[in-house]
Amino acid sequence: MNFIIQFVNSLTSGGGGYQLLNHIINGISLGSVYAIIALGYTMVYGIAKMLNFAHGDVIMVGAYVCFYAFNAMKLPEPLAMCAPLLAVCAAVVVCTLLGVGIEKLAYKPLRAAPSLAVLITAIGVSYFLQNAALLLWSSSPKVFPSFFVIRTTDADGESVVLRSVQLGAVSISYVTIVTIVSCVVIMLWLTWFTGRTKMGKAMRACSEDKAAAQLMGIDVNATISLTFAIGSGLAAIAGALLCSAYPNLVPTTGSMPGIKAFTAAVFGGIGSIPGAFLGGLLLGVLEIFAKAYISVQLSDAVVFAVLIVVLLVKPTGLLGRAIREKV
Amino acid sequence: MSEPILKAEDLNVYYGSIHAIKGVSFEVCEGEIVTLIGANGAGKSTTLNAVAGILRSRTGSVTFLGENLRRVPCHKIVGRGLALVPEGRRIFLQMTVEENLEMGAFAQPPAGIPADLEKVYDLFPRLKERRKQIGGTLSGGEQQMLAMGRALMSHPKLLMLDEPSMGLAPILVEQVFDIIRNLHSAGSTILLVEQNAQAALSIANRGYVLETGKVVTTGAGKELLASPEIKKAYLGG
Ligand SMILES: Nc1ncnc2c1ncn2[C@@H]1O[C@H](COP(=O)(O)OP(=O)(O)OP(=O)(O)O)[C@@H](O)[C@H]1O
Ligand SMILES: [Mg+2]
Repeated sequence: MNFIIQFVNSLTSGGGGYQLLNHIINGISLGSVYAIIALGYTMVYGIAKMLNFAHGDVIMVGAYVCFYAFNAMKLPEPLAMCAPLLAVCAAVVVCTLLGVGIEKLAYKPLRAAPSLAVLITAIGVSYFLQNAALLLWSSSPKVFPSFFVIRTTDADGESVVLRSVQLGAVSISYVTIVTIVSCVVIMLWLTWFTGRTKMGKAMRACSEDKAAAQLMGIDVNATISLTFAIGSGLAAIAGALLCSAYPNLVPTTGSMPGIKAFTAAVFGGIGSIPGAFLGGLLLGVLEIFAKAYISVQLSDAVVFAVLIVVLLVKPTGLLGRAIREKV
Repeated sequence: MSEPILKAEDLNVYYGSIHAIKGVSFEVCEGEIVTLIGANGAGKSTTLNAVAGILRSRTGSVTFLGENLRRVPCHKIVGRGLALVPEGRRIFLQMTVEENLEMGAFAQPPAGIPADLEKVYDLFPRLKERRKQIGGTLSGGEQQMLAMGRALMSHPKLLMLDEPSMGLAPILVEQVFDIIRNLHSAGSTILLVEQNAQAALSIANRGYVLETGKVVTTGAGKELLASPEIKKAYLGG
């Protein structure tokens, strides 16, 4: 918790008038990470109709892979700029395979089982991943490297590390910029993918009616695998971005953001891609505002209280819709 | 009569412990309209689903164009030329009319899709007006047209229709049967399941009567229409 407070404080120590703006920017940044995770949750839910509670732990695995890949890379100077990107790519590849593997081994055999059995399996997979991480990487926290910095030399020839840009009294860290941009790019890409491509449309067809999709010639198993692959790849990116902002990496790093992102997905309307995006952003902003203006300890309670109110008023979430079938 | 393009032999389908169809056999020849009729729960839909691969028969075989479909996964069957318009239409309610039709052509090479869309729109001008409309907002009749159009996008050699007139006003039922007749005269082979036995038998070359999971009678459509037992049981006297 401390580093979050510090992080928040460090960014809000500018002029009082700019504090609000700073909070908004931090909220959007945190919310962007939630949104990226929530997009994975919502896609998997939409197609496999299951809550993949192991999703948060895939984030953690992604962050560890990123951490080790980055530290293992000794690139010569001009190429060193690419190291973070390569590390994230490694994490995406590993998590994609992991996600598809989890689906094949743990969830696919339960395709016809009651949803409660699948839910319990997902919780089991979550603990399995956390414990595997504990064994592999121990419980001692790793300090995630500062990815998004610019190293230059100043006028006196001394090397300096730039972490943020200063816009008047508002300073925006590079992590924040990269996070927000990634989230928007991912969201636009997913919208294009599901709206315009053949595979994306097949995914939507599967999410509505698997038997009818099969009658069209769509391979439902392959589509579910693809969904897990995309969701887990996104989780890896989210892991790298999350740990760049909050650089304390332990085997349980993924669980709280995982639950928050699940909340964000429900908040926005589970199954809806724009809903996950909106839900994630709003949740992030709410959380930062609650921390800044109400209480750091109570912030989660405030966030969840708002969620409950929204769901009472609109049970399908902000952008969720219930289309009734015609008979 | 030419060689059958579809031959179902000794199908036995179970839902858990419920034995829904019991040793059903039938065949469909090129260019025919064949109908399966029977009371509610007789096993008509189950039979069609077993042919389409959504359900699997424990015994017997489904042979389509000389190929045994036992080992063919469900999603590959439509590519072989066997399309099913399922009971209750089952269009994709949150996708547009055009997207629904594109899904019908999923197994087809993309180059031919625009031309096929035009053909379906010629057949169902209503769908063309509504091509950007979300499927769930169409009327029941329009949804039925969409379901049929979607199946036609896959160039079926055999089109299976499960109660295409269900829930439609009499005038629309007429229309649906007109469409089936037109498809047939254009060369399509059709396997039709209907509650409306009168209408189905009058356009069918042959019919099979199902009762509690078994084929009890079979014959030419005209014969069955004239048969006193059939009249009594299915045609209201
Ligand atoms: N999913 C299912 N689970 C259990 N039993 C089923 C299931 N689907 C169908 N049945 C049973 O199988 C039998 C045959 O059903 P089927 O749907 O094939 O009938 P049908 O002839 O199409 O009837 P209808 O004219 O009402 O559509 C029925 O007794 C039904 O109760
Ligand atoms: Mg039926």
